[in-house]
Amino acid sequence: MVSPELLFNALLTGLFLGGFYAAVSVGITIAFGMLDIVNIAHPVFIIMGSFIAYIVNRNFGLDPLLTVILATPLFFLLGIVIFRFYYAAFEKSGKGSLRGLAFFFGILFVIEVTLLLAFGVDYRLVQTSYIGPNIGFKHIDLPLRMVIPFVGSMTMVTGLYVFFSHTFIGRAIMAVAQDEFALSLMAVDTVALRQLAFGVAIATAAIAGGFLIVIQPVDPSLGREYIGRVFAICVLGGLGSITGTVIAALILGTVETITSTLFGPSWAPAVSFAALLLTLAIRPSGIMGR
Amino acid sequence: MTRIPSWIWPIIIAVLVFAASRVVKNEYYMFAGYVVLQYIVLASAWNILGGYSGYVNFGSAAFFAIGAYGTVVLDKLWQPPLVVAIFLGGIVASLVGLATAYLTLRLRGVFFAIATLALAIVLQTLVVNWDYVGGPLGYYSVRPDSIVGFPSYVNYLFVIMLVLALITVLVARAIEWSFIGRGLAAIRDNELAAECCGVPTLRLKVFATMVSGGLMGMAGAPFPYYITYLDPNSAFSLAYGINSIAMPLIGGMTHWIGPVIGAVLLAVIQQVATVTISSELNLMIVGGLLITFITLAPNGIVGLFETYRQQRLERASP
Repeated sequence: MVSPELLFNALLTGLFLGGFYAAVSVGITIAFGMLDIVNIAHPVFIIMGSFIAYIVNRNFGLDPLLTVILATPLFFLLGIVIFRFYYAAFEKSGKGSLRGLAFFFGILFVIEVTLLLAFGVDYRLVQTSYIGPNIGFKHIDLPLRMVIPFVGSMTMVTGLYVFFSHTFIGRAIMAVAQDEFALSLMAVDTVALRQLAFGVAIATAAIAGGFLIVIQPVDPSLGREYIGRVFAICVLGGLGSITGTVIAALILGTVETITSTLFGPSWAPAVSFAALLLTLAIRPSGIMGR
Repeated sequence: MTRIPSWIWPIIIAVLVFAASRVVKNEYYMFAGYVVLQYIVLASAWNILGGYSGYVNFGSAAFFAIGAYGTVVLDKLWQPPLVVAIFLGGIVASLVGLATAYLTLRLRGVFFAIATLALAIVLQTLVVNWDYVGGPLGYYSVRPDSIVGFPSYVNYLFVIMLVLALITVLVARAIEWSFIGRGLAAIRDNELAAECCGVPTLRLKVFATMVSGGLMGMAGAPFPYYITYLDPNSAFSLAYGINSIAMPLIGGMTHWIGPVIGAVLLAVIQQVATVTISSELNLMIVGGLLITFITLAPNGIVGLFETYRQQRLERASP
């Protein structure tokens, strides 16, 4: 029998992990939920962020989180380049989804193999002051390497929420997500808005990558594990809703941690698939879906 | 002059290849040829759903591994003839296809794609946790003694895969030319319009998924004997996922010959690259070719050929 203390600890860890999952999935929520671009390569961009944090940390000793924040403009530009290419090659000609999907699948492979050739299959980690110690009181232990990504993720997601609901540009992007055609009739450059939003989505991958390498060592093929997870969260949250994404991420993080406490960590990856199938079977529009 | 029906050609080529397998003594060609044939099966099977109806299946590795691990289970139980294992592997894989398809194909196509991607990861989790088939350590399968009438067991596996490839190509062709193929093509072009015209879209999609998944499972069944040591990483290798998408895309998805061309081309390139360069670079080549083809030649090699023929016809009759 599992002690209540252990279960409580698992619950707490799960919530923190879920907070991090929100940062991982929010890029998919923007790209897939709002823009209808099925970017299955998103997790591999996150791994790219992790490796940038790793290289800079090892060579210059810079803090990984500072590094990835500095790297966001680069990722933003990368997102814009990819969107330009995607738009010119697939969307303009009107044969989007299937070829677009295969396109991102190809990108996923090229980036992953490049990382594999450059760094090998070893796990890489970073050195910072907050990776070792725990904060805790009484029977509860909270590793700082979970707490800091959690706080960072929540800050980032809140920032994005404010951006999309309270700024002019953000609300314009939401309008594109709702009805692009109607907006284009009002002489709005919807392509520019979508391009900007896709840039933001890829930029979040850099930051999420920084959190990831703080939480655990990273190897080039780790991204695959996250593909099912991020889409499960995105669908469960109700496509395109940031609030829904956070709620779904917290739920999935908690269920995963409790599953691995009760049945062993090798069962954790099955949770996201079950969540995905259950959502699709019972309520395809998700928690916050319209 | 009556035209020779096109289903004759795959049979003639298969017979020629079989004859060659009797003459060639070097076993390496059997080993390499087996992989090429296996990819012909996977690519043609993928194309039945992906190419004809436009629904992307990322989980080819899952269906393949179901066949492979089905054989492992049977091997531990009573070592039946390989044909039985292939048959059972196909049935189980098509049932998994049925379940996945029924749950997700009623929704947007993207959900099916994501579900198949997740399916591969989850089945791998199950196998890793299943000690009976070796768990994460893998399973050594002892090859049975040579089969009567074949010079070696590798030769026997080669011929089995040749027959499977022939069956798959003929099935793909039959589906393409029947009302099922026309229905699937209607779904690909405009699903809503097809539904309105009375095409039973859901039933056709589920049927295509079952046939496609079943054939992939059959392709996986001989694999444990081919590789003799099967572990989750080799059975669920993402190489199967990307190759079975890249091959039809590069060959051409609307015609049954497309996946065959793509499979032969890519598999041969990869066999050569594995021997001469490295196996990681392999996937890089496939990924690069995939991106190049879907952006520059979306209808693949068959599409390029048809455009060329069209232009020549137009020039001939102004």
